Amino acid sequence: MSALLVAEDLRRELSGEVPVVLVDGVSLNVGSGEFIAIMGPSGSGKSSLLYLLGLLDLPTEGSILLDGENVSHFSEDELADRRLRKLGFVFQFHFLLAEFSCLQNVTLPMRKLGDLMPEQAQARAAQLLGDLGLANHMHKRPSQLSGGQRQRVAIARALANDPLIILADEPTGNLDSASSAMVRDILRQLASDMGKTIIAVTHDASFARAADRRIGLVDGKIDPQWVPPTLAG
Amino acid sequence: MTLNLSIAMTHLLARKRQTAVSLSGIVLGVAFFLAVASLMRGSELDFIERLIDTSPHITVSDEYRSADLQPVRMRFPKAAVELRSVKPQTEVRGIRGWQQKMDFIDSLADLQVAPVLTGSVVLTFAGRNQGATLSGIVPERMKEVSTIEDDIMAGSLDELAANPNGIAIGQALAERFDLEMGDNLNVSTPDGTVRAMKIVGIFRTGNANYDESQTFTLLKRAQLLLNRPNRVNRLIIQLENPYRAREVASLIEQRIGYKALSWLEANEDIMAVLTVRNTIMYSVVAAILVVASFGIYNTISTIVMEKTRDIAIMKSMGFHARDIRRIFVIEGLVLGLIGIVFGIVLGLGLMWILGQVEIKVPEMADSERLPLYYGLDQFILAAVFALLSSVGASYFPARKGARVQPVDILRGAA
Repeated sequence: MSALLVAEDLRRELSGEVPVVLVDGVSLNVGSGEFIAIMGPSGSGKSSLLYLLGLLDLPTEGSILLDGENVSHFSEDELADRRLRKLGFVFQFHFLLAEFSCLQNVTLPMRKLGDLMPEQAQARAAQLLGDLGLANHMHKRPSQLSGGQRQRVAIARALANDPLIILADEPTGNLDSASSAMVRDILRQLASDMGKTIIAVTHDASFARAADRRIGLVDGKIDPQWVPPTLAG
Repeated sequence: MTLNLSIAMTHLLARKRQTAVSLSGIVLGVAFFLAVASLMRGSELDFIERLIDTSPHITVSDEYRSADLQPVRMRFPKAAVELRSVKPQTEVRGIRGWQQKMDFIDSLADLQVAPVLTGSVVLTFAGRNQGATLSGIVPERMKEVSTIEDDIMAGSLDELAANPNGIAIGQALAERFDLEMGDNLNVSTPDGTVRAMKIVGIFRTGNANYDESQTFTLLKRAQLLLNRPNRVNRLIIQLENPYRAREVASLIEQRIGYKALSWLEANEDIMAVLTVRNTIMYSVVAAILVVASFGIYNTISTIVMEKTRDIAIMKSMGFHARDIRRIFVIEGLVLGLIGIVFGIVLGLGLMWILGQVEIKVPEMADSERLPLYYGLDQFILAAVFALLSSVGASYFPARKGARVQPVDILRGAA
């Protein structure tokens, strides 16, 4: 499996009177089509690591290679371009734009990228929503949908520009068990059937079990021995 | 519709009441800007028009811009010995060779010129006296350079031309002496000449002092009465374009030597006051728009604040900081443009209402309407200022929005 994302000795420190180390010397190789679950106690730096891997934040030290490019010294605009073309995000709270319909929300990244004509973008968005079982809801506003449905719209939006990697920050953290299972299965399928790389931060044991690889993070460092209590038994 | 514009429009349409409030600020600002500017500029132009109509555009007088050097100074320019009690050379008053000078002025394009000899006289009728100014004119030329023909209520300048012993007087003088057309009036000059002259014209300019003390006769008659044969002391010039007066006056003065005073130079203090008045007026109306732009600032700031999470998510999707900045500046621009369109419509309505106001001046027979200016320049000025205010007011919150770091927001929301 070729390395799609390589993180080397990543360190993220928040400066201040008392500097806070969020991520401390993390090195990671992520292959194409891999489904990785990042786990760890609260405050262990899971989300901070995800933001670094998702090019939303810059490491204080270390480097990140995405699809063969060292992005560690990229400008904000260059990072934004890479996020647009190569990455998709799903967050714990769906973070859909409230004034736009589901279809418009999914179309947004495609319109920003500009590779497709508006009609083509709409057709693709409708296809993605249809594939995720939301064909009858595409013209509704996010507020008219259930939590699980919103999260599926967020997944459709993350897939809009056919990214290499989908980064998910506790995607089931705010859902009931049925919706959690549905979201988990969708992400699993995306990795298995479509070859998408999934990196997800989670506390959800069943979600973690579905992953190809689980990475334990404690105090900002990878701890190979760490096993979450829910998985320990 | 571009992506940024469609997001901007969605933001504005989602907050209809707030958008309407900011919009009304700009609409009222533009409307009042136009109404006040139109009234002030209208009154200014009306004033200048009256000034231009009632006074010569250029007056060439028998004076020099700076006094001539006395012969003794010319002879001994760097004299080491001071000469005292030297008798100065006396200048004979009047424009020398005025006909040649008038011919030269006549040869210039787009102007009319008339010679005038003015002197002081005493008018006597039925034992009552009145000091007055007697102007000797050439009626057919005078008609071209002044509005006096329009002010004549009885008789005409043609009658003056036909009657070598005729005189035209003001209505105030006629009323004071109880004079009528055809009456004779004694005119006494400083050297003691007295001549009875027949009233062939009565005029009324509205200026009480002028109407009581100004009289007109033929140039030849005035030259004889004032004992200034073949002399005039003023050449009055009227231009097709009064605003060229300064430039033409300078040309004439350079060529003929006598002082040529343009109406602009003669009324420099008034023009300066008008400039100050305009500066104050534009500052005040611009302040209205600046205040109105705070409405836009408030709206965009609120949207930016409310949309911090959306900004973060859009940036995580791949929107650049400049896209975010543009979205919010477009919102200000849209508010500004719509505000300008409705502001101009309301402004025109206010101008129409002001145009209906009639003012009755006690001394004037007819009532007057407020003078208004409908020039395109003030519409452009209002639009540009409103647009700058709107964009300026939206730029600062837009910049703040563009600086949002997605991680800070996402971390806080998690």
